Amino acid sequence: MMNETVKVDRRDAKLALAHIYVAFIALALGGLAGLLQTLVRSGKFQLPAGISYYTILTTHGVLLGLVLTTFFIIGFQFAAVSRTSGTFSNRVRFWGWVGFWTMTIGTATTAFFILTGQASVLYTFYAPLQAHAGFYLGLTLVVVGSWISGFATFVHYARWKKEHPGKASPLLTFMAVTNMVLWLVCTLGVAATVLIQLLPWSLGIVDRVNVLVSRTLFWYFGHPLVYFWLLPAYMVWYAVIPKVIGGKIFSDSLARLAFILFLFFSIPVGFHHQLLEPGITPFWKYVQVVLTFMVVIPSLMTAFAMFATFEAYGRSKGATGLFGWLRKLPWGDARFFAPFVGMLFFIPAGAGGIINASHQMDQVVHNTIWVTGHFHLTVATTVVLTFFGAAYWLVPHLSGRVMTKAMNRLAIIQTVVWAVGMSFMSGSMHFAGLLGAPRRSAFSTYGNSPQALEWIPYQIAQAVGGTILFIGIILVLVIITNLAFFAPKGETEFPVAEAAEPQERAALAMDNWKLWIGITIALILIAYTVPFIDMIQNAPPGSKGYKLW
Amino acid sequence: MHMHKYEKIWLTFGIACLFVFLTVIGVSAFAEGKQPPSCLTTIDPEKVDQTPPFNKPGLVKTGDNEYQLNIVVSAFAFTPNQIEIPKGAKVTINVTSKDVIHGFEVAGTNINMMVEPGYINTITKTFNQTGEYTILCNEYCGAGHHMMTGRIKVVE
Repeated sequence: MMNETVKVDRRDAKLALAHIYVAFIALALGGLAGLLQTLVRSGKFQLPAGISYYTILTTHGVLLGLVLTTFFIIGFQFAAVSRTSGTFSNRVRFWGWVGFWTMTIGTATTAFFILTGQASVLYTFYAPLQAHAGFYLGLTLVVVGSWISGFATFVHYARWKKEHPGKASPLLTFMAVTNMVLWLVCTLGVAATVLIQLLPWSLGIVDRVNVLVSRTLFWYFGHPLVYFWLLPAYMVWYAVIPKVIGGKIFSDSLARLAFILFLFFSIPVGFHHQLLEPGITPFWKYVQVVLTFMVVIPSLMTAFAMFATFEAYGRSKGATGLFGWLRKLPWGDARFFAPFVGMLFFIPAGAGGIINASHQMDQVVHNTIWVTGHFHLTVATTVVLTFFGAAYWLVPHLSGRVMTKAMNRLAIIQTVVWAVGMSFMSGSMHFAGLLGAPRRSAFSTYGNSPQALEWIPYQIAQAVGGTILFIGIILVLVIITNLAFFAPKGETEFPVAEAAEPQERAALAMDNWKLWIGITIALILIAYTVPFIDMIQNAPPGSKGYKLW
Repeated sequence: MHMHKYEKIWLTFGIACLFVFLTVIGVSAFAEGKQPPSCLTTIDPEKVDQTPPFNKPGLVKTGDNEYQLNIVVSAFAFTPNQIEIPKGAKVTINVTSKDVIHGFEVAGTNINMMVEPGYINTITKTFNQTGEYTILCNEYCGAGHHMMTGRIKVVE
């Protein structure tokens, strides 16, 4: 049984904290870049010293989309696995540090080439725009480092299973392993395009690159990437939040089933990012759209489980009426409030996702700023607010401190600031996108086009929202710095909830990785084999590299 | 695995919605022909200027109020970038890129497609309303990306 006083071992805590520090440094720098972008797009402000909008945009995407997320997730998962499956062996911890330093060196390398203007290719680095080889090399190190950490997690999990025969793995460990399996399978795509295509091409070893194959490999990775961000937030929702509010996990085995369904249906779906591309037949696009929609099922399961947990808790405290239980929830506790606001934002975010994946509606919004508005709801609100909410107990737990009432209040304010800022920014992005305003573009009136002039008020609203969000970033950095270095010393709980009705056998049956990975690979092969062979057999002449910035 | 009765109702309803959505998309795409631009024709990106129809970009009449509009996309221009179309014309737009990936969007319409080197992409649209539409590039292509623009004028 789990014991409330269980602490993450001090040495494991150091490893997890190191990841979290890098994540929040990335938030500070990437957030500043985001602020500058919204100011430029308002048309009222120009970047000083000839800095390019697209350098700033690349910085923003790489630091927040890849660095903040990956570092926070691996740090959080290390802590969660150590907390629920016991202290790491020295060997696992050593490899955890190797992973950390590999990722950190990779990040620094990539950042150097971006900031010196040698890699303004955005975080999607679509060929045939060609960055300096150091940019690709740095990204490779980030991915390889994450693989090392993934394997360290698997080794620890395997040892736990060996020491506990016939027992189901702890829920948080199971979820962390699922997420790392997802990550390993999907990063094979981006590793293939970088190592086989882009790196040799940028070094001049080969002259030409197959553009469509490279994009397809990128999006084979690019969509599961968003689930790699989302699943740790779901770990917090399923396994931590019930404990924070004083309730139980609605169903342990259904939580595991939801994670396995995410593993199945997040990878063979990359074509829904490529719906408007030449070179892929409509039939295969539709096959992947069908698979894309299947993730709705585990999402609906998650929504049900969350609100069932909340209602069951409220009723156990004597709530009556249809919605009386809402009043019993701990609204003054930032560990609950921040992730809860994140959950609410996931409702419009999920609906927007279904729109984007639908052929005919995507025709209207593809590559407009609507899409930017969409993922600022999913990753930059739902996921990020959940990560902030988790950091409010995780950082003091790891640093041996406690969150004061004042800091908790500041965290509540931070959440409200974020919700307000994002409503402005993402809301106006959605509206401007419907009118046709493109994403990933510096300020432009398109030759004083009356249509483009209509978008400017929305762009000013984005700058207002972006400014409010930047205040939110300053607030969260104040809180995290306090929790890591200045808060009073003491013991903070790492909350881990228990299931309402433990179903040991059902949970144990879920530890069947050969089957899950087999089904995952089968679905990928079904969705990708034929169109991928088509792409290679009917390939046009390859493309030389271009440096157009 | 035990599942609560309400959760079964919730999931049944949710999954039913899912299949309604997919049916709507599928029927619209395969029965009504509203497919996303998915042209499979390839072209040598370095010989665009010598390859018909892109050797003579522009509007070509192909039938009774039917036209072909061939546009060459490159960093950082659409060629041609000022186009007049008679009202009610059914226009098939063909695009290709001479260099990197671009986007071809006509703001305020459903004309939106990726332009990739080595491929031709195509979409057909009937212009039923007079007015002026802005063409722009909606995929990042370099320093002048946001300067790429053009106009379609639909006239009586």
